[in-house]
Amino acid sequence: MSQAVIQLLRQKFGAAIVETHAQFGDDTAVVESSKWLEIATFLKNDPACAFEMLSDLSAVDYPERTPRLEVVAHLYSLTKGHRVRIKTRVGDEEGEGAEIDTVVGLWGTANWLERECFDMFGVNFRGHPDLRRILMYPEFQGHPLRKDYPAEKAQPLVAYRTDEEAGMSIDKQAPFGPHEGMSFARNDWTKRAEDAN
Amino acid sequence: MESLDLELDEGHLELPAEPMRLMMGPSHPAMHGTVRCVVDLSGETILNVDVQIGYLHRGFEKMCERGTWAQVFPYVDRLNYVSPMLNNVGYALAVEKMCGIVVPERCQWYRMILGELARMSDHLTCDGAMAMELGAFTPFLWMIKAREMIWDVMEEETGARLTHSFGRIGGMAKPPTKHFKDLALNTARSVVAIVDESEKMLLKNRIFVDRLENVGVISQADAISLGFTGPCLRATGVAYDIRKTQPYLKYDEIDFEVPVGTNGDTLDRFLVRLAEIRQSARIIEQACARMADEGAVSVDDPRVMLPEKTAVYGTIEATIQHFKLVMEGAKVPKGEVYSYTEAGNGELGFYLVSDGSGTPFRVRIRPPSFMNTGGLGHLLKGRMISDVVPIFGSLNMIGGECDH
Amino acid sequence: MNAPLKSVTLDGNETGFATTKLDALLGWARKWSLFKYPFVTACCGMEFMALTSPRFDGTARFGAEAPRFSPRQSDLLWVVGTISQRQAPVLKRIYEQMMEPKWVLAFGTCASSGGFYDNYTTVPGIDKVIPCDVYIPGCPPRPEAVIDGLMLLQDKIASGDRRPAIVKPRFDPVQGAQDGLVQIRKKGLLEGGDK
Repeated sequence: MSQAVIQLLRQKFGAAIVETHAQFGDDTAVVESSKWLEIATFLKNDPACAFEMLSDLSAVDYPERTPRLEVVAHLYSLTKGHRVRIKTRVGDEEGEGAEIDTVVGLWGTANWLERECFDMFGVNFRGHPDLRRILMYPEFQGHPLRKDYPAEKAQPLVAYRTDEEAGMSIDKQAPFGPHEGMSFARNDWTKRAEDAN
Repeated sequence: MESLDLELDEGHLELPAEPMRLMMGPSHPAMHGTVRCVVDLSGETILNVDVQIGYLHRGFEKMCERGTWAQVFPYVDRLNYVSPMLNNVGYALAVEKMCGIVVPERCQWYRMILGELARMSDHLTCDGAMAMELGAFTPFLWMIKAREMIWDVMEEETGARLTHSFGRIGGMAKPPTKHFKDLALNTARSVVAIVDESEKMLLKNRIFVDRLENVGVISQADAISLGFTGPCLRATGVAYDIRKTQPYLKYDEIDFEVPVGTNGDTLDRFLVRLAEIRQSARIIEQACARMADEGAVSVDDPRVMLPEKTAVYGTIEATIQHFKLVMEGAKVPKGEVYSYTEAGNGELGFYLVSDGSGTPFRVRIRPPSFMNTGGLGHLLKGRMISDVVPIFGSLNMIGGECDH
Repeated sequence: MNAPLKSVTLDGNETGFATTKLDALLGWARKWSLFKYPFVTACCGMEFMALTSPRFDGTARFGAEAPRFSPRQSDLLWVVGTISQRQAPVLKRIYEQMMEPKWVLAFGTCASSGGFYDNYTTVPGIDKVIPCDVYIPGCPPRPEAVIDGLMLLQDKIASGDRRPAIVKPRFDPVQGAQDGLVQIRKKGLLEGGDK
């Protein structure tokens, strides 16, 4: 069903559609980031597409690629019952300068989803009415879901108690060591970031 | 707190008053401990509201990138901790879609029955807690009693009351116990009886109905634009239920209805949930009749399934297989998938990206609560401060899911 | 061991008195009149609901039923669920607003140590921020374990002991019995629900 949508997109936008695929039955179009809003508007308003619902919007960080970040949106049409995934690639190899147009004007959901994407990945949404952190606190530095953000790097808002204050050691005791649990399958990128420090 | 701008036109107010800024939460009994509503009040009317979430952000997505595919199950349990089984099944289906695995029929029925029991417990908790927050304590206790009965079945099947981690890629951890069908059927019937009782108790209570009716009304178009799914969307009259529109497991072979509301107010959301509990009971009846008593519940696929324990201790092949699966994890083909199921609160989506290794490259969850809570500000604006409690309760914000 | 406890009944018109130390009397009075402040954030809240509801009735039986949603009126802080870095200042502030003497119960693994959320956003145990009296492990702990923790806290209050303690796993004699707790419930369910 949504294969037709991909065809339509190809006809209408031609070169702005970078690539398409239909892995595991999910029809996907990768689009130029400059045409993001235009394509989204078309997908929402065209009667043959009629994607009234923005199911999901998020990003994936591919540290080895340039552009590094991939913004992924999943659309669903209640009337037509079909789904499509559109993606666009933004940011340089450091993930800086990642910027695309906001789609808040089309779907109300986009407000919070884009804020989350900004918070977690540092993608800027041009024209977003209220782009600030949503899950993390404003004092937080960095974007935790980027692959080079170390998973354990906490930025506490209140100073931890000291051992003197507590009258005892408050560090984690055995068996809660630093490498307890799932450390064997640690991410390459975490390790690399640690080595760099 | 820069976010709220106070450009208030107070000309229309009867009594000129300074707007008062009130912080509700995060530690407020009606805010479930994890949401802060910064409201600007004129008298008791809410002029402006800023909903702040993230107080229960636990880094679910980051943690998933550190373990194997199978080690994600305990984390998904704790997303929607009121119905963990639905999350388990949703995630298992997503990974199976990538691996091209179809679980045996018996497992599909088993997953459906357990899932529907979990859905009942989800709706019971939501409706019960909402009633409690409005002062109706007795129905809450009754509904918790009903939920305990569901948890007993879960405990019997999985060994855990709440966080089961029972799903597996390619099946379930264990086959159903001997008395599973009787337990499930009896529980479903008892729960429906309790729901009937509680419903009578609540809906004949003028105060309760008055506080819900025509409160927090949302139009169909707004609900769709805000990404509402599940009971919150169906309360507006849109019959969008993934079990019907894009059936998975065996839902297409089952006869059940999708209850919808009429005007999308808080009472409708409450009633849709109660009606869904009854539909779940119907599904359980039919599924129990169709589920085979014998047969495998897990696929016989050494790529994803752990070998029998006796074989692990007895043969070197099984030991190696066990070791590889535990230490490196099942290899999932390279690519990306978006899989969606109907969870207690609506469309629960998993967007998974695999780089072909035993560790997920990216696990993105599409939490229904996040979208529903995103609409809270829209629902609250212009209402009274006392309406915050029923409206917030009826959206069923689940912190773990909403804040990832 | 099975001998019945001695009990003395006084007639209506009889008067009597008991002697005790002031500390012991205060400890006794405090341990049976705990006013809780439920700081409920996450999954453990579901078990907290189960704990307070009729089947387990785990707080009213110990004189700790009445919740107070103002920290100024409560003396027992239940930290139920994960505390994120964002939540930590709130928790600390609530603790500081409580009147002395005050006690803190860490309900569940996340509150005790951060649990398996060993990452950038979770406080690795509430004792990093506030002092804690009793840790109840479990993810979430069963209501039985919580009751055990509450009783442990009561003992500590009575004896004035402020050293932190952990609820240890216990052998459940009912589980091993012929007609154990689970079996009894199962039977009830098979016969048509425990009404």
